[in-house]
Amino acid sequence: MTESMNIKLKVWRQAGPKAQGRFETYTVPDANPHMSFLELLDVLNEQLIKSDQDPVEFDHDCREGICGSCGVVVDGVAHGPQRRTACCQLHMRHYKDGDTIVVEPWRAEAFPIIKDLVVDRSAFDRIIAAGGYISINAGAAQDANSLPIAKTAAELAMDFAACIGCGACVAACPNASASLFTAAKISHLAMLPQGAPERKSRVTAMVNQMAEEGFGDCSNHAECEAVCPKGISISTIATMRREYMKAVLG
Amino acid sequence: MKPVLDSHIPDGPLKEKWGNYKNGIKLVNPANKRKHTVLVVGTGLAGGSAASTLAELGYNVKSFCIQDSPRRAHSIAAQGGINAAKNYPNDGDTVWRLFYDTVKGGDYRSREANVHRLAEISNEIIDQCVAQGVPFAREYGGLLDNRSFGGAQVSRTFYARGQTGQQLLLGAYQSMSRQIGLGNIEMFARQEMLDLVLVDGKARGIITRNLITGEIERHAGDAVLLCTGGYGNVYYLSTNAKNSNVTAAWRCHKRGATFANPCFTQIHPTCIPVSGDYQSKLTLMSESLRNDGRVWVPKKQGDNRKPKDIPEEERDYYLERRYPSFGNLVPRDVASRNAKYACDEGKGVGETKLAVFLDFAEAISRLGQEAIAARYGNLFEMYERITGENPYETPMRIYPAVHYTMGGLWVDYELQSNVPGLFVLGEANFSDHGANRLGASALMQGLADGYFVIPYTLGNYLASNDLPKVTIQDEAFATAQTESTAQIEKLLSIQGTKTVTEYHRELGRIMWDHVGMSRTEEGLQTAIKEITALREDFWENVLVPGENSTLNKNLEFAGRLADFLELGELMARDALERAESCGGHFREEYQSEEGEAMRNDDLFTYVAAWAYSENGHTLVKEPLEYESVKLTTRSYK
Repeated sequence: MTESMNIKLKVWRQAGPKAQGRFETYTVPDANPHMSFLELLDVLNEQLIKSDQDPVEFDHDCREGICGSCGVVVDGVAHGPQRRTACCQLHMRHYKDGDTIVVEPWRAEAFPIIKDLVVDRSAFDRIIAAGGYISINAGAAQDANSLPIAKTAAELAMDFAACIGCGACVAACPNASASLFTAAKISHLAMLPQGAPERKSRVTAMVNQMAEEGFGDCSNHAECEAVCPKGISISTIATMRREYMKAVLG
Repeated sequence: MKPVLDSHIPDGPLKEKWGNYKNGIKLVNPANKRKHTVLVVGTGLAGGSAASTLAELGYNVKSFCIQDSPRRAHSIAAQGGINAAKNYPNDGDTVWRLFYDTVKGGDYRSREANVHRLAEISNEIIDQCVAQGVPFAREYGGLLDNRSFGGAQVSRTFYARGQTGQQLLLGAYQSMSRQIGLGNIEMFARQEMLDLVLVDGKARGIITRNLITGEIERHAGDAVLLCTGGYGNVYYLSTNAKNSNVTAAWRCHKRGATFANPCFTQIHPTCIPVSGDYQSKLTLMSESLRNDGRVWVPKKQGDNRKPKDIPEEERDYYLERRYPSFGNLVPRDVASRNAKYACDEGKGVGETKLAVFLDFAEAISRLGQEAIAARYGNLFEMYERITGENPYETPMRIYPAVHYTMGGLWVDYELQSNVPGLFVLGEANFSDHGANRLGASALMQGLADGYFVIPYTLGNYLASNDLPKVTIQDEAFATAQTESTAQIEKLLSIQGTKTVTEYHRELGRIMWDHVGMSRTEEGLQTAIKEITALREDFWENVLVPGENSTLNKNLEFAGRLADFLELGELMARDALERAESCGGHFREEYQSEEGEAMRNDDLFTYVAAWAYSENGHTLVKEPLEYESVKLTTRSYK
């Protein structure tokens, strides 16, 4: 059978958006290597509730790395040490008995803290609402096979469309830029013939919205790509810039 | 008083019903559409597609979700694909065949007319999604690729790697976002529906809780669309997301909407096995893996050798052996039950012995690792992240887990519940999958309901009914709000000793042991007794921390668990009442000598719809009439 581990957690606690936050230290004496990182937080919360303390709030839902709800900074790295892995799929086998783990929320002006590790990412929704779509009403589509799309283009579009909107890219960026998120959607739709008619209006509207939300600019640190749980490439940001230049100049 | 359930199936031959229906309905004039407010609860495939489509038509839409963004609804986690009768592969598919496979797959417990409409609409869905930019898999010639799924002998499943649900949901979300940007949809994220408000017997509003501030809000409209998904989390451990729940549907049920076939749950055969007591949820491995993976267990009981050390002749590929024509692609209920039998016989594998192998060695040697990686790469990675084992080198260990609920609120052909103005879409309704859903059909149904059914049926309702203006000052809103507030205060005031999670785990254990993959009269009676006792204890002794006026996940979970504790009992009662085995509902008393399910069409060819009253539930039966399909024993041999 697997041995249990004693894990110390330093967790950011903040009662509300305006409240003063601080780190609190807790010990989970019976962590198990097969547990996920969020299950470790579950165990901690059960401990806290039983000892009459408020549990740590964190966003989570599917717990299989696809809904994009969860996201915390683990020891200074968005989603933690395992590459291409959202923290719901980070497992405790990557830690050892006696380890201390520091847990913080995403930190960015455009993602205000709601409580503890929960932040407000609605700015992402507003970027998509500004132009991250193809305007097609239900019922108006032609036959699905009427426009052939090269397999390579479809595969690339899928690579970009894989973004789960978790916000790790923003949390990792020294400028708190949302460039990777925005560029992934622009690149996805730019790969496809269906996206062509709105190509120019889309990129300008989305880039403008991104700036309006208070996200910083991209200065090519590539921290976003390093933490992206879906491995979205920063080449999308180059695509976004090219698309933007073509839109404003051409 | 028992409600009367009229399915409102249109006249005419099966193939003409949907056309006849559309020809006969009343329409809402374009200028009048904006005068109607429609409340859409839930933003998954059904809710997202309904909200965007209704907004495109000009209705004034208010949309609600419990997550921080509509993009996170649990449809996003669907992996394998979406069915359609396009017949691009030229392998013999037709609308009829998709209809027939779905009715047969559902073990003849669904409504013919609804399922035929679903099959008819299936092709339009693919067109719509491609036009939205959904990056489906393609062939080298640039046309769309298809793959096979369980329960069918044609390839009719469209897919976007192992993330089909994500891509379809993002398509719907983007369409919704466009309407939000245009001001046609008002979006309320992090809002949970707590009650349905009826005025003059019609659904005219909802009560919601703002999950950040705890404030209770009132919203009025001309119709309510419930698109809130399934109730698999009644088992605690399931493949559903942690926030998936039955609360919105259950509270509508308590306001008069009948709940149909609650015992029909789908246990998915290929999930990652449970590893310990702390387990918070289970992870699905897509059914598409059964295209290339072979399921087996050692022939010998308690064989502890590593899989690679077990020679070919000492392995039992039990699905291929028992079901030679469908092999590893038998429907989900059949595959799950057979995995359970293998483990019950002591042939299970892994540390807990509650698992069977899903082996890709043969496919890898035939097609090469690269081809397998292209098909399932992300699923293999996910498996390795969770288990620490590499499925390219050693077989996956899998075991069945609760995945989907075929039961749900009763709806007629128009997707309207027996409460006028309350429509139920997607997994939240009961209508299309009978006693067992085929793979890649949930996405099809969710989108069919939202993009192509509700725009017609809702319009007909709005145009045919006199709907005087209702405001949130109406007394019905005040009453419902008071009741919601009282429950929250009660939950917080108990301050007992057991946490919400502890109660939920206990409920899950009862449900899995007695209302799970195989059920008996005795077990179901035990379940009813245990759930009743647990529910009473919950209301005496639950410990909900914190307060109402802030983000408080435990309080949310407590309210949802209170409803699961009532639903669980009804599921057991429904399972007890249905003294036959069909689809996902397997009663041990009703099986053949070979262990196959035995339906009883003479007694049970009906929808079991349960009506709620303070004194308990009453059963209302909607007889199922099969005019086009002959009921036969479902065979996949």
